[in-house]
Amino acid sequence: MSETLNRESLLEAYRTMRTIREFEERVHNDFATGEIPGFVHLYAGEEASATGVCMHLTGDDYIASTHRGHGHCIAKGVDPVGMMAEIWGKATGTCKGKGGSMHIADLAVGMLGANGIVGGGGPLICGTTLAAKIRGDRTVGVCFFGDGASNQGTIFEAMNLATVWNLPAIFVAENNGYAETTSSTWSVACDNIADRASAFGMPGVIVDGFDFFAVHEAAGEAIRRARDGGGPTLIEMKLSRYYGHFEGDQQTYRADGEVQKLRETKDCLLQFRKRVTANGEITGEQLDAIDAEVGALIDGSVAKAKADPKPSAADLMTDVYVSY
Amino acid sequence: MARKITYQQAINEALDQEMARDQTVIVMGEDNAGGAGSPGEEDAWGGVLGVTKGLFHKHPGRVLDTPISESGFIGAAVGAACNGMRPVAELMFVDFMGVCFDQIFNQAAKFKYMFGGKAETPVVIRTMYGAGFRAAAQHSQCLYNLFTHIPGLKVVVPSNPYDAKGLLIQSIRDNDPVIFMEHKVLYTMEGEVPEELYTVPFGEAAVVREGDDVTIVAIGRMVGFAQEAAASLQKKGIHCEIIDPRTTSPLDEDTILESVENTGRLVVVDEANPRCSMAADIAGLVAQKAFAALKAPIEQVTAPHVPVPFSDALEDLYIPNAAAIEAAVTRVKEYR
Ligand SMILES: Cc1ncc(C[n+]2csc(CCOP(=O)(O)OP(=O)(O)O)c2C)c(N)n1
Ligand SMILES: [Mg+2]
Repeated sequence: MSETLNRESLLEAYRTMRTIREFEERVHNDFATGEIPGFVHLYAGEEASATGVCMHLTGDDYIASTHRGHGHCIAKGVDPVGMMAEIWGKATGTCKGKGGSMHIADLAVGMLGANGIVGGGGPLICGTTLAAKIRGDRTVGVCFFGDGASNQGTIFEAMNLATVWNLPAIFVAENNGYAETTSSTWSVACDNIADRASAFGMPGVIVDGFDFFAVHEAAGEAIRRARDGGGPTLIEMKLSRYYGHFEGDQQTYRADGEVQKLRETKDCLLQFRKRVTANGEITGEQLDAIDAEVGALIDGSVAKAKADPKPSAADLMTDVYVSY
Repeated sequence: MARKITYQQAINEALDQEMARDQTVIVMGEDNAGGAGSPGEEDAWGGVLGVTKGLFHKHPGRVLDTPISESGFIGAAVGAACNGMRPVAELMFVDFMGVCFDQIFNQAAKFKYMFGGKAETPVVIRTMYGAGFRAAAQHSQCLYNLFTHIPGLKVVVPSNPYDAKGLLIQSIRDNDPVIFMEHKVLYTMEGEVPEELYTVPFGEAAVVREGDDVTIVAIGRMVGFAQEAAASLQKKGIHCEIIDPRTTSPLDEDTILESVENTGRLVVVDEANPRCSMAADIAGLVAQKAFAALKAPIEQVTAPHVPVPFSDALEDLYIPNAAAIEAAVTRVKEYR
């Protein structure tokens, strides 16, 4: 599997995962000081999923994301500097400060938006991939959604429609074990979300979502099949979030030490580092250098976000077909 | 002096006391207890902002967590209401009505009429609305007007803890489907609330403040802003009468019309977007039924016709405030 990944790709994968982690850690810290407004849901812990999937995509492919969308955005190529400003509610943000953390979108790079409505992305990806199919342009669409969202009617309808229309769509269920406080072992009536794939006439696969290489391989196969006209796939990533549902969540529903154990034994960045340095593909120094560069990038994004201006009063009334 | 509790506690207490009084009352919603199937605490959240906290252990088997399947469980609450229960289902944010509206407006709302009076659907849908949390366009809307438009639904918009408790108890006992709208910014508001059970009837507006110069009709969170404005205007010699409709369906037309007959001037304050809003509806009502009494054009103080923005700089401009109300009152008072 890592045969398909040359050194450059490995470094790119690491940089993306590290950027997401660093971004989220900084948002976590800054939220705690009360400086960041609104509801913020962090993707830390799940980086391998967004990264392993989006590495197969070009700017012409679309993704639809969720309320936990920062990682998908970064992996799809949205500029973290604009994202940080957006989260801080600044005029220089990706969406001019009008959307915030839950609505970061950048259509120019095929990012159809984080989404405040659980399950909102499924039908939208049926639409982008329908357009792709009609044009015959071999692009694909990926819908990321959570275990909680997997129980939403829109997701069921979208998966059925994708098979009925044979769309180049990939459904990525990020099963992080919880929807808010509710365990996926309780809310999902079957053993695995991927088991539902057969009901919708598509292949379903289960992947260790902490393992970048496993994600990369499974996503590659599904995306190739979709590009070749072979229709949709459901991929279930088994993974975990390191922080609360949203910032401020006390997480009393989780087991003691649950996250600590995962950080120590399963962490995608640690696993990746271990693997690529053990077989000599990459040196620890190279990865350290990336860590430093990413740290500087995120430092800069925060400094800029803090200094940037807020939207002006006139911005309230723009970007809607009519306002009064 | 009576005991003071918050709007949030008032809602929790109404649910608790009604569940104790009537075994057919059940509560359901996403994380309404919290922690279903999880390794840690049961009743971990009691709803996303803790409104239903504690009910799970007090009323075993009658507080149900749900998967994120709003069409499924809101519809199930409607069905259970047809079969002898009095369910109180929570739609976490009113913005999520988009994924379950059919069960509300085509099913619950229509049964009684469509079935020739043969069905009762005593379901309550509690839902959180309103701007002010920097929660952006999909978690901040003020959609009571959409429900008010639908015949068969009753729509309740409490502006304070006392009304929240009394109106929720009335909602649970009522035999029609009720949409109970809780403004998220009001949860921390404190007020005097009796410990015993009581009801506030539907279709009876509250005259929150009496005055002869200008009538202000304000809804939900806007009632507080209207009071602020009125206190300031009082110092300038302008005496406002403030009317809180408390329920938008049924709407207490008489109290509004009587007040305007006396003042001849009306300002309607509504946090929702202006078109097809309660503000427009009430302005229309008065223009039609109290035209002769009017001494000035009716003013509407509303949010602008744009989605709710995220940035605090924009959201603060979006939400109608006391200054805007004061300016509108001054305009109608000084007209001609
Ligand atoms: C239609 C809808 N229902 C409920 C919510 C509230 N909500 C936001 S995130 C969330 C949990 C989502 O869980 P999951 O899909 O597993 O994603 P995760 O948060 O674990 O990434 C809920 C219930 C919502 N935003 N939209
Ligand atoms: Mg989840």
